[in-house]
Amino acid sequence: MPNDGPTPLERFINGILPENPVYRLLLGMCPTLAVTSGMKPAMTMAAAVAFVLICANLITSLIRNLLKPHLRILVFTLTIATFVTIADRFLQAYAWPMSKVLGPYVPLIIVNCIIICRCEVCASKQSPPAALADAIGQSIGFALALATIASVREILGDGTWMGLPLIWQGSEQYKWVLMLLPPGAFITLGLLLGAANWIGSALGGRAKAGRSAE
Amino acid sequence: MEHVAQLILIAVGAALINNFVLKYFVGICPFLGVSRRLDTAFGMGCAVTFVISVAAALSWTCTYFILRPGAPLTAWVWSLVSPGSDAVVDLSILNYIVYIFVIASSVQLVEMYVRKFFPSLYKSFGVFLPLITTNCAILFACLEIMKHVSGAGPAEMWGLDKALILAFFGGVGFTIAIVIMAGIREELDACDVPAPLRGAGITLIVAGILALAFMGFTGVDKSLADLLR
Repeated sequence: MPNDGPTPLERFINGILPENPVYRLLLGMCPTLAVTSGMKPAMTMAAAVAFVLICANLITSLIRNLLKPHLRILVFTLTIATFVTIADRFLQAYAWPMSKVLGPYVPLIIVNCIIICRCEVCASKQSPPAALADAIGQSIGFALALATIASVREILGDGTWMGLPLIWQGSEQYKWVLMLLPPGAFITLGLLLGAANWIGSALGGRAKAGRSAE
Repeated sequence: MEHVAQLILIAVGAALINNFVLKYFVGICPFLGVSRRLDTAFGMGCAVTFVISVAAALSWTCTYFILRPGAPLTAWVWSLVSPGSDAVVDLSILNYIVYIFVIASSVQLVEMYVRKFFPSLYKSFGVFLPLITTNCAILFACLEIMKHVSGAGPAEMWGLDKALILAFFGGVGFTIAIVIMAGIREELDACDVPAPLRGAGITLIVAGILALAFMGFTGVDKSLADLLR
């Protein structure tokens, strides 16, 4: 079957920065805001999303010729729900404290727009190698976005990074606790989005993709 | 009176204190995407409230009667298949799949209802109505109800009334947040926002200030509980 559309390598590279799911496509905001109060929950969530995205993309790409047009979103969602159940049970069994911290946001990966969008845009139209490359690229891009936001919030709010104390240990009054609470999440993401748009336009013209939300 | 007090506390908690959008970060996609004009925002809020209530009712029924450990229907079927066995059948591994099925069907139901009885509203919604299926808020409401039904003893088990109150007032809280945001964004149109922040950036910063304001509701449930006692 002829492979029309971007090659696997292009899909992989696009997913990391040019079509970064959080900063460019503005997808998957719910876990981005919710689990980035520390680096450890953020990286666990990135790993879970990577697992579900890769598996769902692979399966969808393998059955792409059997999908009826008006039922395809339901089929994507059921596939994703199966893998999320696996990921959730795995986390509950082997990383119970982290599973409690992540709370309801692991099952919410089911309705995460990133995975459904990648299934719809890429996996249902291209062969398994391209879908796999797309999934890996987007997962790396998502992990990068989560890491930047979580680093800012954790360092400013707690003075630690990945749980290791860095600054402001002993002088607790300098910790900007708001960063660990919901308002801090919104404001950090807003400012970092602005920064990403500014860097993109300074590097030449890529900010057009970031403005598509207007 | 004690039961009504609990219902009031759940309602106020879901709508204001633990607002779905501003505290739990669910439903951000329509919150950022549909909040440009006041009338579309209010319409989206009402649609989400409607779908959340229907989906919560259906998912509570499935969880209570079929999925939870020791559920009546499953226990009855098991007793027909292997009589005399005292094993507790636990189908809760199918929770997420059943919930997403229920949500997709609720959205279909609501879409058919709106198309039959409010055709102009259906036209103005366009593609946003099927997109409510991927709205985190609805699955989040189902998960909150699951927390209180699946694996809960008879004392703290949530009935259909508490589940519906949580879902409906969660939707009301979402509507409040999105309407406030739409009002602010209509004013922002006349302001000079720096180019990198236009669109999603400034909306998120405004949402952060809104979340800060809603943090003022913390502790209201304690005082309300003391008042109602």
